Amino acid sequence: MQTTGTTFEQVAMFAETWGLAYLVILFACVLIYAFRPGAKKKFQDAAQIPFKED
Amino acid sequence: MSFLIFLPLGLIGLLGLALAAGAADSVMYGHGLLIAAFAAIGVFWIIGRNGDTGGPAKAVPGGVNYNDAIVRAGVVATTFWGVVGFTVGLVIALQLAFPVLNFDLPWTNFGRLRPLHTSAVVFAFGGNALLMTSFHVVQRTCQARIAGGWAPWFVFWGYQLFIVMAATGYVLGVTQSKEYAEPEWYVDLWLTVVWVVYLLVFLGTLWRRKEPHIYVANWFYLAFIVTIAMLHIVNNLTVPVSLTSTKSYVLFSGVQDALTQWWYGHNAVGFFLTAGFLGIMYYYVPKQAERPVYSYRLSIVHFWSLIFLYIWAGPHHLHYTALPDWAQTLGMTFSVMLWMPSWGGMINGLMTLSGAWDKLRTDPILRLLAISVAFYGMSTFEGPLMSIKAVNGLSHYTDWTIGHVHSGALGWVGMVSFGAIYYLAPRMYGSERLYSLRLVSVHFWLATVGIVLYAASMWVSGIMQGLMWRAYDALGFLEYSFAETVDAMHPFYVIRALGGLLYVTGALVMAWNVYRTTQGRIRDERPYEPAPAASQPAPAE
Amino acid sequence: MFDHGKLEKNSILMLIGILVVVSIGGIVEISPLFYLESTIEKVKGVRPYTPLELAGRNIYIREGCYNCHSQMVRPFRDEVERYGHYSLAAESMYDHPFQWGSKRTGPDLARVGGKYSDEWHKTHLVDPRSLVPESIMPGYPFLANTPLRYADLPDHLAANRMVGVPYDDAMIAAAKADVEAQVNPDGDGVEALRKRYPGAQARDFDAQPGAPTEMDALIAYLQVLGTMVDFKAYKAEDNYR
Repeated sequence: MQTTGTTFEQVAMFAETWGLAYLVILFACVLIYAFRPGAKKKFQDAAQIPFKED
Repeated sequence: MSFLIFLPLGLIGLLGLALAAGAADSVMYGHGLLIAAFAAIGVFWIIGRNGDTGGPAKAVPGGVNYNDAIVRAGVVATTFWGVVGFTVGLVIALQLAFPVLNFDLPWTNFGRLRPLHTSAVVFAFGGNALLMTSFHVVQRTCQARIAGGWAPWFVFWGYQLFIVMAATGYVLGVTQSKEYAEPEWYVDLWLTVVWVVYLLVFLGTLWRRKEPHIYVANWFYLAFIVTIAMLHIVNNLTVPVSLTSTKSYVLFSGVQDALTQWWYGHNAVGFFLTAGFLGIMYYYVPKQAERPVYSYRLSIVHFWSLIFLYIWAGPHHLHYTALPDWAQTLGMTFSVMLWMPSWGGMINGLMTLSGAWDKLRTDPILRLLAISVAFYGMSTFEGPLMSIKAVNGLSHYTDWTIGHVHSGALGWVGMVSFGAIYYLAPRMYGSERLYSLRLVSVHFWLATVGIVLYAASMWVSGIMQGLMWRAYDALGFLEYSFAETVDAMHPFYVIRALGGLLYVTGALVMAWNVYRTTQGRIRDERPYEPAPAASQPAPAE
Repeated sequence: MFDHGKLEKNSILMLIGILVVVSIGGIVEISPLFYLESTIEKVKGVRPYTPLELAGRNIYIREGCYNCHSQMVRPFRDEVERYGHYSLAAESMYDHPFQWGSKRTGPDLARVGGKYSDEWHKTHLVDPRSLVPESIMPGYPFLANTPLRYADLPDHLAANRMVGVPYDDAMIAAAKADVEAQVNPDGDGVEALRKRYPGAQARDFDAQPGAPTEMDALIAYLQVLGTMVDFKAYKAEDNYR
């Protein structure tokens, strides 16, 4: 009936704009956190945590 | 002070008695008494232990007074429930091949035993593996004793009570019929209480850590605990018929209930069977290989992208159903994207062995861990493939799905748990090494061949049945009746049961090995490595 | 040596981060289903289950039938020819919980209602291989000699009403009488039953006169599956989603 046929397009439109932007920003944040230059040493130390104590 | 636990235990006992006294059906009566017995035994157990929550008799000078007793309890429980869960799986596999084995009794029919199998394997075996390892990993990576005095013990035993109530309920016909969420409302509430305490114990231990960074394995455990809490509560919203009746009606209906269920169901895979077990991978693979994880940065990217993408993938269980198309498409898209973080994690796990590949030859425990990661890679490739609508149209409702689930459950979840058990058993029981490494190798081969038989037979039967359902003859009629397609499955069901038999046998070999290890026995066998050379540094003291 | 407050803050921040990230998927995917009108098409004929059908449905759930039987016909040529018209969302709008299933070890049951006689169902449930030699279904002989427990059915209807099934006070009050009426086609209560539940079939489903059995209830449920919507009057093009 009436407007029901447009649901798919509405959702697709939303996903292709806001959804995509949200995903990209989120992923960029994760990459920046993981690969920021200052973190290299920190993460090398973190990887050693399992070997510190038994 | 730690005897304050008697207060909540007393409350639990009274609640159990009240449920039994007012019970509207016999199962509620039994479960009420069970809850009361749990509280009573708890009180006596605590008195018997005289306030010892499970550390070594005397504090280690300069070291951390770890609670290893609870990890030992986890080793026993995981091994026990593993054997139980796999055996029930073998039984129902045989029922599908030889239906006379149903015995046509209410308590032995396939319909009631299948949830018993899935819950025993996922929640009893898998859940105990997660409790065991998370309690071990969080203590070791924080260099702190587990928080909460008796609380971790409440989590452990409370979880076993949840398992027993769920399992006996299924056999006696108490189920809400939502797959992997079959326990009824009161069992769900009990699990919620246990789970909240679990979260607090885990967080409390993190707060005791000695350095600012939280090791990545704990991230995965934390995501598993928090997300399972959210999924469990939302998917199990129900209205009980009465406060003393085992029966309830779920809040949602039809299409909304279907999506809520598979949002839960797929994330039970994603967060219980994947995120939690990745926590195991990120600790035990580096420990057993004696080298740090391949890329810590990759593990962080792996973590966030995995938990973000997984939560959307549920609708791929509802392709071509009455679920709106947009939701199906969304589910498919995210499922396909999920391939990338999954393989990122697999590469990270496998590459941790780089430079130590030779150890695979001499260390059967590492071999178990490595093949588990390989199976993780295989099933996380197959999963996105099956979530594509065109493929799913063929695979859905068939044994292909069953095969896929088992390559993940037997291959990834099972093998990585076995690796953790073999790692923990000698260390937690203060034995020099495992009773037998040769038997680990036997277990490895039994399990691997079992999985191959299982997955291969289910691929063939699944694809074959899917094709038979849609086959047309020259006159344009459906070529096969449904019964004919069932008949064609028989040989594959026999092969599948054979694969299951091998897997169960492997688990029994493990149980024997662990049992002998707990006794401090060492099997006289040909060692994998040459005897320690003189160049080895002298042991301290 | 470290600030303890910071340690707690880090883990709480992570906890919140996880919660935010995992909530978004659920909220964006699931919540529209509750307010988008197009989720469930408007279809005539779908009514709440009669008390006997509801009791039968509970037996279907109890025995775990959903483990092997789906109730969701997909819009494929072979499925529509094998099982009937593809399933509509409206047909399970009163199903708490849904029974769409995920595996077809046995055939789909979404439209099994009316396809076989009551006698066929009874014989088949007692001993499936007496009618279908290839079948691997368990037998359920105990259903025919287990009296149906229906004294607490009014509470069941009331619980269903709380989750949104439109049972009215009269239906709840008459729940027990309606069970007895539905298995006794010659009794007085049938007309009142049909008024409350249009199109309800009243028969002695298990062909055992007297108190209703679990077999009565389960067959009554199976015989109503997929029969509520009149597909001669249903226009698919009105309901494109």
